[in-house]
Amino acid sequence: MNNNCLAELRGVSKRFGKTVALDGLDLQVRPGELLAVLGPNGAGKTTAISTLLGLQRPDSGVARLCDRRQVGVMLQEVDLAPELRVREHIDLVASYYPAPLPVAEVMDLTHTSAIAHRPYGKLSGGQKRQAQFAMAICGRPKLLFLDEPTVGLDVQARQLLWDTLTELVRAGTAIVLTTHYLEEAEALADRVAVLAKGRLIASGTVGEIRAVVGRKRISCASTLAAGEVASWPGVDSADRDRRQLHITARNAEDVVRRLLAADRQLEELEVRRAGLAEAFTELTQEAAS
Amino acid sequence: MKRRTLHAYLTEAKYESLRMLRSPSFAVPFLMIPVMIYLLMGVVFFGAALRNDPKAAIGVFAGLTTFGMTGPGLFGFGVAVAMEREHGLLKLRRAIPAPRAGYFIAKMCMAMMFNAIIMVTMIAAALWAAHLPLGWAQFLSLALINILAALPFCAIGLFIGTLVSGSSAPGFVNLIYLPMMWLSGLFIPLPKSLQSAAPVWPAYHLLQLSLRALGQASAGSVLMHTAVLAGLTLVLASVAVRRLARVG
Repeated sequence: MNNNCLAELRGVSKRFGKTVALDGLDLQVRPGELLAVLGPNGAGKTTAISTLLGLQRPDSGVARLCDRRQVGVMLQEVDLAPELRVREHIDLVASYYPAPLPVAEVMDLTHTSAIAHRPYGKLSGGQKRQAQFAMAICGRPKLLFLDEPTVGLDVQARQLLWDTLTELVRAGTAIVLTTHYLEEAEALADRVAVLAKGRLIASGTVGEIRAVVGRKRISCASTLAAGEVASWPGVDSADRDRRQLHITARNAEDVVRRLLAADRQLEELEVRRAGLAEAFTELTQEAAS
Repeated sequence: MKRRTLHAYLTEAKYESLRMLRSPSFAVPFLMIPVMIYLLMGVVFFGAALRNDPKAAIGVFAGLTTFGMTGPGLFGFGVAVAMEREHGLLKLRRAIPAPRAGYFIAKMCMAMMFNAIIMVTMIAAALWAAHLPLGWAQFLSLALINILAALPFCAIGLFIGTLVSGSSAPGFVNLIYLPMMWLSGLFIPLPKSLQSAAPVWPAYHLLQLSLRALGQASAGSVLMHTAVLAGLTLVLASVAVRRLARVG
């Protein structure tokens, strides 16, 4: 493994019985980048992360990880000792690392000072995620794995966690993040890897992934019926709320011309490139078909 | 050993002991029940009779201390390991640089600390409530044997904890714990028909070592009992640790 790579999978395949979890997957994590791993349920995200972490052996291919003492991890579905307080959990995990951050600093950074003395078992779901995040970063990791870190967090806590992640990346930490929230990947990721059926179907910056997909989103205030517009050539879908019509189209220019011709009263026209959500849907649908 | 690694082991042992002391469903029964039963049986119910029969009085004391020594190791490992496997804790530990042995050493320290606390309460009761005719040297050697004796029960607990689920672990541990209490002769002298089978239980060997330390008649040699307990510990612990490394 070269110095420009902290963890990698090369041609990794993994089966569980008859189910193919990973199918020749290549994935690399480079220093200082935030890599978001996306994919529908069952795409192989968790298996990919487990294999990168060395928790599972690949059936074929190579999985490599940098020095484990430089790795911080936040897994899903881990239940910690309910009797220990948040501060104690952080202190315990910090003791495993060669040069950990002081516990008070970790709690400042992760906004967990207010719950420092509360037993873990008495925390809400979101607070448990915050405590686990603090444990993941307390060892000053060069590489941080976060499996669905913001599930259960309220909007404010999620924003605070995003801010901390941005700070960590700025300080040179590489982060691998799996998430169901595409806006999270859109807001944070330097690079996105989209998995489907255990294979990498797209990889690049958020902009590059979006560009892979030719769709555009058109919004306007119009009296046209969504059902009618949906039947036009080049239109993938159309729906409306109280004021506005929202169209997803492959051929935006032709659709806009026809819209303007069909409704002379049309206002508030807006055309934008499809977001990651639309790109993701299209990519994974293509992979499935 | 590097200072940092030693620090990790000590921190782990400290928090494991702290959390078990804070867990009422674990700490209260294991710390309280042995001395409560001893005070009831050895002082309240049969105190008058036992005052005239020091041999029987010491036998009751030895049996109930042995009983007290088995719980923290068996349940502290058996139930806790099964639960923690299920809760993903062992998987998390493998993903981060947690020293593998730290997990086991912490739990062993916890069980030995619990045994030490139980010994203090039992010796206090023996001295000041039951007025047993025993010297400090005898109490001290009994305490040392019994604190170390947490280990074979830790190994049995660990073995069970690697095999069964968290919810079924208490049942499986009790399946060993309860028959062992009665069939090792801890509470009542065994009838002849059961005496020959008693050596299959580790608690029987610990009881013989305890009786010997207290200057009482005991069966078998010290070497044999020690070898059985040490062998059992090594075999079960190594099988369990290997299994954990393989399946987590």
